[in-house]
Amino acid sequence: MHKFRQTLAHLYMVLFLIFLLAPLVVMSGAAFNDSKLPSIVPWRGFTTMWFSEMIADQRMMLAFVNTLWVAVAVAVLAVIVGTASAILVNSISGRARTVLYGMMISTILIPGVVIGISTMIMWTKLGGAIFGPDGKPWPFIPGLHLSVLGQVSYIAAMVMLLVLARLQSFDAGLEEAALDLGASHAQVMRRILLPHLYPAIGAGAAVAFFQSIENFNVTQFTRGGADTLTVYVFSKVRSGITPTINALAFLLICVTLLLALAYEINRRRRARIEAARQAEARRAEDAALS
Amino acid sequence: MSAGIDLENVCCDFGSFRAVDNANVSIRPGEFFSFLGPSGCGKTTILRMVSGFIEPTQGVIRIGGADVKGKRPNQRPTALIFQNLALFPLMPIWENISFGLEVRGIDKATRRKKAEELLRLVDLPGAADKMVSQLSGGQKQRVAIARALAVEPQVMLLDEPLSALDLKLRQHMRAELRAIQQRTGVTFIYITHDQGEALAMSDRVGVMSQGRIQQIADPREIYNNPVNGFVASFVGENNIFQGEVQQAADGMASFATPHGTFRARLGELGDKPGKLYVRPEHMLLSDAPAVENSVPVTISDISFEGSFIAVHATSDTGAILSAEIRNDGAATVPEKGARVHMTFDPARAAILPDANVRG
Amino acid sequence: MQDLLRRYGPGLTLIMTLLVAFWLLMLVILPNMTLFEQSFRPYLPVTEIGGPRDTYGFGNYLKVFDGSIERSLFGISFSIPVHVMTFGLTIWYSMVVTALCFLLAYPLAYYMAKIVNPRSLPTLILLLFIPLWVSEVLRAFAWWIILAFRGPLNALLLSLGLIDDPIRWTNMGYTGVVIGLIYTYVLFMLFPVYNAVQSLDTNQIEAAEDLGAPWWKIHWRIVLPHAKPGIASGSVMVFMLSAGSLLVPSILGSTTSQWFTQTINQWFNDALDWNTASAYAFLLLLLCTVFVSIAMRLFRVKLSDIAK
Ligand SMILES: Nc1ncnc2c1ncn2[C@@H]1O[C@H](COP(=O)(O)OP(=O)(O)OP(=O)(O)O)[C@@H](O)[C@H]1O
Ligand SMILES: [Mg+2]
Repeated sequence: MHKFRQTLAHLYMVLFLIFLLAPLVVMSGAAFNDSKLPSIVPWRGFTTMWFSEMIADQRMMLAFVNTLWVAVAVAVLAVIVGTASAILVNSISGRARTVLYGMMISTILIPGVVIGISTMIMWTKLGGAIFGPDGKPWPFIPGLHLSVLGQVSYIAAMVMLLVLARLQSFDAGLEEAALDLGASHAQVMRRILLPHLYPAIGAGAAVAFFQSIENFNVTQFTRGGADTLTVYVFSKVRSGITPTINALAFLLICVTLLLALAYEINRRRRARIEAARQAEARRAEDAALS
Repeated sequence: MSAGIDLENVCCDFGSFRAVDNANVSIRPGEFFSFLGPSGCGKTTILRMVSGFIEPTQGVIRIGGADVKGKRPNQRPTALIFQNLALFPLMPIWENISFGLEVRGIDKATRRKKAEELLRLVDLPGAADKMVSQLSGGQKQRVAIARALAVEPQVMLLDEPLSALDLKLRQHMRAELRAIQQRTGVTFIYITHDQGEALAMSDRVGVMSQGRIQQIADPREIYNNPVNGFVASFVGENNIFQGEVQQAADGMASFATPHGTFRARLGELGDKPGKLYVRPEHMLLSDAPAVENSVPVTISDISFEGSFIAVHATSDTGAILSAEIRNDGAATVPEKGARVHMTFDPARAAILPDANVRG
Repeated sequence: MQDLLRRYGPGLTLIMTLLVAFWLLMLVILPNMTLFEQSFRPYLPVTEIGGPRDTYGFGNYLKVFDGSIERSLFGISFSIPVHVMTFGLTIWYSMVVTALCFLLAYPLAYYMAKIVNPRSLPTLILLLFIPLWVSEVLRAFAWWIILAFRGPLNALLLSLGLIDDPIRWTNMGYTGVVIGLIYTYVLFMLFPVYNAVQSLDTNQIEAAEDLGAPWWKIHWRIVLPHAKPGIASGSVMVFMLSAGSLLVPSILGSTTSQWFTQTINQWFNDALDWNTASAYAFLLLLLCTVFVSIAMRLFRVKLSDIAK
């Protein structure tokens, strides 16, 4: 009976993985099907035509570049704001901490539609209030910079959570030791605290980057005419589509797979090095005692 | 270069809780001074006030004669060795050691040279490029000391630096620390709750309890002439008799107890009650009672401790008393259940007040 | 604050405080207050803004009750305003998605935490993470391909002989939307539940087994109560993401499946009536807040637990 349940569980795991991964395979496969409609049935023969068409698609390339710019800006801002917030929240206590922390994480739960509309309205109204209804200057008009601000408003909270988790394992004694040795506060930050946080900051930057790339809701309400990849793909799916989208999807999946693989390999290498060091410390310990 | 340290009426409050109460001590330049006391008595708090991480609520701290009020840790000529060492895990050993120089803008070649010099001083040559996690506990200890020495402090502050080590290593490091202190001539303020450590290494010891300094003296004086019952009990074992002072003259007094009236040295009682303290090694065993200060007992337990033999006995009133016999090969050890007398020299017993605490 | 100053000095403290203030004030509080204020103003031509007709009122909110349609449920027919119905159906189907996500994710979470060989767990997690790294719009698009009338799902079912005629998946009310939402958000249920189950001491399960408890009782009385915070945070995440999703309903929706976010989008981007869109967006925000509070009450968890 026990054995049977175990087999059932393995089977369930496999089915679940198929459920998760099969759509991606189908989508990638359709990129190579010589058919006007994106599908894998009926199979009309292998082609790489959609990839060359994708490169020729000026609008898509522009959207791609836009997406990268937005994602980089969001990652930079979210990392700066999120890290500062984590450090601040970590070193205050009591009611102030509860309120600030609650406000920060509630931003994750605000629907993107609300963030998008509220960001758009506030900045354009602010511009209207300062400069009058016509001829508002740059930051106060719709555009991708508003998308950046809107996205940062909740992605910063994700970075904050990652950095805060890392801060829990930080020994505040190290800061005091550095101060005691004569370091200034800025030096403590640069040489002691930030190096400890780098892994979390790196992870935060990656999360922010990918969250920004796939963001639709905020962008849709703030972009004012400019395209990002997500918006472009969305409009393509609704109007007529060609498998160029599949070609794009295939490439994106490949890139993310490679990145994930590189990350995992690096993680394992680090774990190995650390294990070797600890083994050496144990040997030194034994040597000292004998 | 080393500096003296003076605490004058120093107090430290955490909210309504007074962690350090009216501390007065004058530590001489180049001295190895220990603060000894049980957990939570305020030792770390004193050290953190000297190093500048907390400001005293009252009183003055002088380092090298100068009031350091308002000076931040990085502006004081002190170096603190933390209870958990606080080595920087992400820097190699030599960067750890030369961190204090790095933040003063000293160039890399000089820093590296200095780090290697210090590693030789603490007997760890060749560890410069290792990472912290590669070192054993004792090695980390030495790195922490080297790191503190690198900034050429006038005072080193050590917060129970040996508490994380194995017993054997701890004993080895005691000698090492003492040697480093004498080689460098820096003033050491050392904190510990291990009386053996304090007595073995220090020039002078300050014994603390509940935020108050009870006694400041050299180790012998602390052990042989404790000023109160707390010091006597915290530093070594005692037989304690409850009773009342009857007559006092010339620093001696007679003391009435349920076991009879004894004669002993009279400590600074003031108007407080006192108890009689006798160390086990000052209790002599004999078959017949002596002229004074004798208690008839029945031997209840004998335990062999190596260099000495501990004898536990029950008096007629049911009190447990103990004596120690030096194991010099010739000593006669009584049998369990034997009736003997425990006797002590009046000069070796003292009538002392309880600890000096509030309330 | 004392601690902050002591640890980082006045300069850095000021910079960090300013950054946090910029985030919370300029990016969160002020925009939402503006949205709230705007939602009470009528939609007017540019020239009349600030004029005599620009007064506060509930007009935008009352638009929810415009335009009723006839519906029947369980044989009772009644008329209901279109937007109220959209609102209700959005909540209802978001709850359905949440429940189904839990049913799908719980066995796997338990499997990952207690059954699978720990050595192969990192690989499994890596595989599970892949869809998360792929953009939401592409994941919805993948299902658009699969569910197409002449798509692979119908082809597969036909060749297996399970159906005789292809099915119009994307024309069956909310079916496509629900499938798409589950696919997109099931991992947001899986990982919190997995973390919660994983922290349960395996000895407890074995002790219960040893005492003769049947497997369902072990789950009901031991594993599920322990995993409650994880389930709560997963449910809140999935519900919020589903109710707030615009992509999936737009791509996989049928002619009869309207999602509340789509209505908001129409007000904002098609009718260009930002004020009514604000009112509707505020309703959505209100709904989400209420849902989260109820869920936290029900499961007796705090906001800070959900963030894990
Ligand atoms: N920041 C603080 N806030 C409130 N109370 C404190 C604080 N720091 C220390 N205390 C209290 O002050 C008392 C003395 O603490 P201290 O750390 O000086 O003790 P200690 O003698 O070093 O003990 P240990 O041997 O355990 O390190 C303790 O009762 C402690 O609880
Ligand atoms: Mg301490």
